[in-house]
Amino acid sequence: MMENTINNNKPHYINPYLGGVLLGLLVLLTVYITGRGLGASGAIKSTVVTTTETIAPSHAENNSYYNRFLSDDHSPMNNWLVFESLGIFFGGLLSGIIFGRVKKIRIERNPKISGKTRLIVALLGGVLFGIGSQFGRGCTSGAALSGSATFSFGGVIVMLVIFGTGYVIAWMFKKLWI
Amino acid sequence: MGPLIPNGIITGDWNFVIAILIGIAFGFLLEASGFSSSRNIVGVFYGYNFVVLRVFFTAVIVAMVGLLYFDYFGWIDLSKIFILPTYLAPMIAGSVIMGFGFILGGFCPGTSFTAIAIGKLDGLVFTIGLYLGIFLFSEGFPLYENFYNSGYMGNVTLTDVTGIAAPWFAFAFTFIALAAFWVTMIIEKRVRKNIKEYKF
Repeated sequence: MMENTINNNKPHYINPYLGGVLLGLLVLLTVYITGRGLGASGAIKSTVVTTTETIAPSHAENNSYYNRFLSDDHSPMNNWLVFESLGIFFGGLLSGIIFGRVKKIRIERNPKISGKTRLIVALLGGVLFGIGSQFGRGCTSGAALSGSATFSFGGVIVMLVIFGTGYVIAWMFKKLWI
Repeated sequence: MGPLIPNGIITGDWNFVIAILIGIAFGFLLEASGFSSSRNIVGVFYGYNFVVLRVFFTAVIVAMVGLLYFDYFGWIDLSKIFILPTYLAPMIAGSVIMGFGFILGGFCPGTSFTAIAIGKLDGLVFTIGLYLGIFLFSEGFPLYENFYNSGYMGNVTLTDVTGIAAPWFAFAFTFIALAAFWVTMIIEKRVRKNIKEYKF
């Protein structure tokens, strides 16, 4: 608290344990209402499937991965996770407005690296996360958080391996962050 | 009795309204906890900021214990909830790849959406990367379709695999979480003393 009064530029975040309890209750509520947990990467997958189907319909139908998510009666965008992810964006915006963090477009980076470097590794990180989430049957939200919370064996494996890998390889990328 | 939508207590018409509302709450909590910042998130791997561990572990144990109570009170039929299926080898490989993506990108998919919302270009670029990654995965799918489908164990829980009852896992996770909160609090204090560039 002392630090807060001294340094007014310090970002105002909620207490992490409070955030965790509320997030846990949200997972519980989501499972109680819908029978499944939260997610995020699924919405991007639906977007990929939809754009490919729109641009090259026969190509999408002939690919056994796209084909899993195509349906004759509705678009792949007509999906729970797509709407939920739109909500994530607006919820983030709402919190950002309330806590005064919505500002002009900027790049957050370690001052020791250039903005260009930051964007290149962010892109590469996104590509890898995208590929990994398909093999992993979900990302940190759907597999690691919601999967573990519902006692899924695979969910716990995903959680342990993502974070475990992070710790094992952190030294290789130290210059990017500190 | 829950789950409400699978049991037909809430009709499917409300599905997308509920999805947006739940998403808003999720995004709000991610942003308010500090996950719209890649430097906050990655701190968990370098010891200068354990907010990810605190929020994530607390959420997992609250949801786990909560589900067990909901089951005990007869509020939810656990046989009707979705259990993420296990494909052992591809899930391990995918998670290793995600681990690299996490440390390079500094975000995971959900957190990058909130970073875009407050104006971070690196969050947008990460999300574009996600799109490209999933596109590349899909285009190359025939090459590794067999691997993708390998190691299938079904929609198994920890109990199905080990024979140990779920409350023991909830107890163990809670115990590990509390120990981790305490240890990381000490580590964080020490590491922060030696980092001057980063403002906390």
